[in-house]
Formats: sequence, C-alpha cells, structure tokens
Amino acid sequence: MRTLILAAIATLVLATISLFIGVSDVSLPALLSGTADPRAVEVFFISRVPRTLAVILAGSALAISGLVMQIIVRNRFVEPSTSGTMESAALGFLVVTIFAPGWPLMAKMVVSALFALGGTALFLRILRYVPLRDVLLVPLVGIMLGGVIGAVTTFFAYRFELMASLLAWEVGDFSGVLRGRFELLWFGLAGTILAYISADRLTVAGMGEDFTTNLGLNYKAVMTLGLVIVSIVSAVVLVSVGAIPFLGLIVPNVVSLLIGDNMRRTVPWVAIGGAAFVLACDIIGRLVRFPYEIPISVVVGVIGSFVFLYMLLRSKRGTANG
Amino acid sequence: MIITSEVTKSYGTSCVVDGVSLTLPKGGVTSIIGPNGAGKSTLLSMVSRLMSMDRGTVTIDGLDVSKTSGDVLARRLSILRQDNHMTARLTVEDLVSFGRYPYTKGRLNADDRVHIANAIGYLDLTALSGRFLDELSGGQRQRAFVAMVLCQDTDYVLLDEPLNNLDMKHAMGMMRLLRKAADELGKTVVLVLHDINFASWYSDHIVAMKHGKVAAQGPAKQMIRPDVLSGIYEMDIKVHEIGGQLISVYYG
Repeated sequence: MRTLILAAIATLVLATISLFIGVSDVSLPALLSGTADPRAVEVFFISRVPRTLAVILAGSALAISGLVMQIIVRNRFVEPSTSGTMESAALGFLVVTIFAPGWPLMAKMVVSALFALGGTALFLRILRYVPLRDVLLVPLVGIMLGGVIGAVTTFFAYRFELMASLLAWEVGDFSGVLRGRFELLWFGLAGTILAYISADRLTVAGMGEDFTTNLGLNYKAVMTLGLVIVSIVSAVVLVSVGAIPFLGLIVPNVVSLLIGDNMRRTVPWVAIGGAAFVLACDIIGRLVRFPYEIPISVVVGVIGSFVFLYMLLRSKRGTANG
Repeated sequence: MIITSEVTKSYGTSCVVDGVSLTLPKGGVTSIIGPNGAGKSTLLSMVSRLMSMDRGTVTIDGLDVSKTSGDVLARRLSILRQDNHMTARLTVEDLVSFGRYPYTKGRLNADDRVHIANAIGYLDLTALSGRFLDELSGGQRQRAFVAMVLCQDTDYVLLDEPLNNLDMKHAMGMMRLLRKAADELGKTVVLVLHDINFASWYSDHIVAMKHGKVAAQGPAKQMIRPDVLSGIYEMDIKVHEIGGQLISVYYG
C-alpha cells in the first residue's frame, strides 16, 4: 500500500513536469503569484492541462484494457492492438464518419465501441478453432485479423478520401489535444473503475471456464463484461488521441511479474503504471527535438519494443506459460 | 443424495455416457473406477454442470443441476477436474481464498480467513502459501487446487483424479484427508480413481463404468472381487486380503 502511494506521488510529479513543458513560457511560481502573462495562463488551461489529463487518462485506460484482455483471454501477449480490437474500432469510426458525418463525437464513439466489441468477439471465436493454443500463436492470429480489418478500413478510407483522418486515428498523438477535445477520455476512467469493481469476477474468469462455473459465476457473462470494458476503452482512446501500441502489453506484464495476477491488487498498479509510463514517454517525445514533437506512438513503440523483447527472452528462460 | 437419471452424452456418433441412472447416497466416499474411455470424467462433469448433457437429469438434494442457479450450486457442490492449466499468476493463498467466492463475492471476513488457513494447513501448504502457482511442482499445484475446493466447504466434493502428480506419501495423505472430510465433517466425496487399491482401501462405495454404462456398483467390499474386476478391466486380477483390506494384484 505504501509503495502504491509512492508510485502515485511519482506519477503526480511527472504530471507536474508535463504541465510546464512547452513553447509558451508558463512557470509554477508565476502562475501561483498571479504575475504570469495572461496569454500564457490561457494556453495553460486550454492546452497544457487538457493534454496532461489526456495523457494520464489514456495511459491508465489503455493499460487496464490490456490487463483485462490478458486475463480473460488467458494469454500474456494480447492487448487491443494484437487482437483486432483497435482496428475494428477504427473501421467503426470510419463507417460512421462516412455514413453519418454530422453525428456528435459521443455517438461516433459508441458506434466505434460496438465495432470493437464485434471484432474482439470474432477474435475469440476464431481462437476456438485454433487447435494449438500456443502462447505466441494467439497474438499472431489477432495481428492477422487486425491486418485484414485494417486493409478493409484502408480501402474504404482511400475510396472516400479519408486517408488523412485514418492516419490520425492510427498514430496516437497528444499534440492536438485541447480543451473540448479530450473529455471523452473520462469514459476511460469509467472503464478503469469498472475493472476494479469487477476485479474478483475477472480474476476468476482468468482461472478458466471450469473454475468459474465451479465458483458459481456465469463464464459467458463475465467474458462479455471484460470485452465491453476493453471495447469502450479502445474506442474512446482511438477517437480522442489515436492508437498507442504496446502500452497494454508492457505495463500489465511488468506488474504481473512483480505482484501476480490477482486483479484486486493489480488494477491500481496497472492504472498508475500506465499513466506514469505514457507521461514519461510524452515528456521524452516533447524534449528530444524541442520545440518540435515526436508523436507518442513512436516513443512508446521504440521503448515498448525493447521492453517487450526483454520480456519475451525472459519468458523463454522462465516458465513455459510466459 | 445425487441422483442421475438416463444421463447421456455423445460426441458425433460415439456415445460416451449412455443412459446412466445412478443413486449416490449422502455421506461417505464413493469412487468411480473403470478403464480409459469408460465415461467416468464425462459423467462427473455432467453431474457438476461443467458439461451439458444430451439427455437425462441430475439432481443434488433435489436440485436439478441444469436449472438451479450456478451460485446456489457453488455452495452445495464443488468440482475439480484433472489437468488444470492455470495461466494466471496467483499465489497459493489467493487461489485458496477464491474458494470462498460463492459466499463472500470477494470480501473476506474473519470466518473466511479461518477456512482459508485451515484448508492450506490440511494440504500441508502453509510454508508455500505466498508462492506463485507457476513456481510450484505439479504435485504441490494439485494440492493447492484441492485446498481451494475444500475451502469452498460444500456438502458434495467431486474430484476427478485427485491423485494426479502426487507421490505416494501425498497420495495417501490426500485419501486420508478425504476420508476424514467424509467421516468427521459429513461431506459426500465422489472421486474418479484409477488405482483400484486406493479405491478399495479408502472408499465406502464403488461404481464401475465400462463403455459409457455402469457395469457394477456396490459397497467396496463386494466390488473388489476377482470376477467383478476382471470383467470390468478385461484382464486377470487377483484379490488378496492383507491386514483386513482387499488388495488387488494384477502385475506380471
């Protein structure tokens, strides 16, 4: 518990650093004493605060959706971008953008979430026919499914001249976040809270169908609950900031190595870890080529692939289950 | 009392369990024996509602397992199948604690903690309670699963091959423990066993299955007979009485 509080404080420090990085000069003392340039203060509240909040909300929600996915699929290497979920969310968003461009963002997000749900359900359905439930075969199937769905999305985006929008959804980037353009991410927090409330049920489902039935739970219902959490979070993040790869793999796996898979204990760690990791990556992305920026998905992708490789090699030495 | 009536299960054209009607009395230890593919595990899975049946009904103390809510059944009956692949990294204590889930829905009180500590103690796992399951040997893991099922504290305890992966000492310890659960706590224990000597020594009733049907059933003493066993297993089995217990010899 104490280490968890320390981790939360460290995350807050990162968040504070994140607030005061940027071209426009706002400093903490000036802001507090009221002597800051009014234009800079405006920038602070319209751009900096929303951006930092968006980073925290998206980071924790994506890490949680990865955790939920890994528990219910019972595979360490699945997350929304290795199970066709993100690609399905993008397809849904494209479909609603083509057929109902005037709908409010909220409605578009719902359509996107429904597609994500359908795509992930299809992934689970396909897994039933995979004879060997090999640890690495499962995410490979997901990546292939994502590839097929992504190809369909690209085809229609090209036909309807929406390639630029599609690119924006597929490459996560926080630089465009302003007040009024990130509020949907609060639904991500709702997903995190829902995961915490249902932590015991999801952990039981992670023990497999027989154990779940023995303990008196409806396996299908718990699986559906997990899928709904993952789909909503994926759609929300995709619609507001774009996809961020690897995040849902790294954070939950590191937490699992350290403290195991009992979600009652891991959900707070994964949420805080996800926020801290994305905050750190976002700060790096903004400092490397200051005053320019590297998109978050690139920074997370580079750091994430190294961590991921390390985990893969480590799991070879360790247990067979990875 | 567990009553199965005309329970049937087929895969494609092969009928694995063929119209089994059985009455298992309340209390005591009942072992289901029989050759591979006789339908023992399938029957146990259907009795414990892990598997649906094609035909027939199963009632436990009058509750129809296919109609009663899973939550109610989870407080009457617990089941452990064989070959449990657990990918979740849980500690022994976490796993055993989940045995209380049907009562607590995750919020453990002092009484639950006593149950958990007792179950871990019975299975000789106290020293390992903080270890992750993937750090244990197969036998230790099997004991952890049984501890979880005992922690569920149900009137009926169904175990499929509970002696899997256990060495002689722990296999005997497990059977003694189940005997004690039946004698002192009034549990009804139903096992699928391969070792007929374990079945003979520790059970009250034996049900023998063959080709998806009940080939014979009765008190253990009447079942462990050369003619009965040889017919079931289609091999020559001799039975000796050693120290008042019937021991089958079938080597050589």
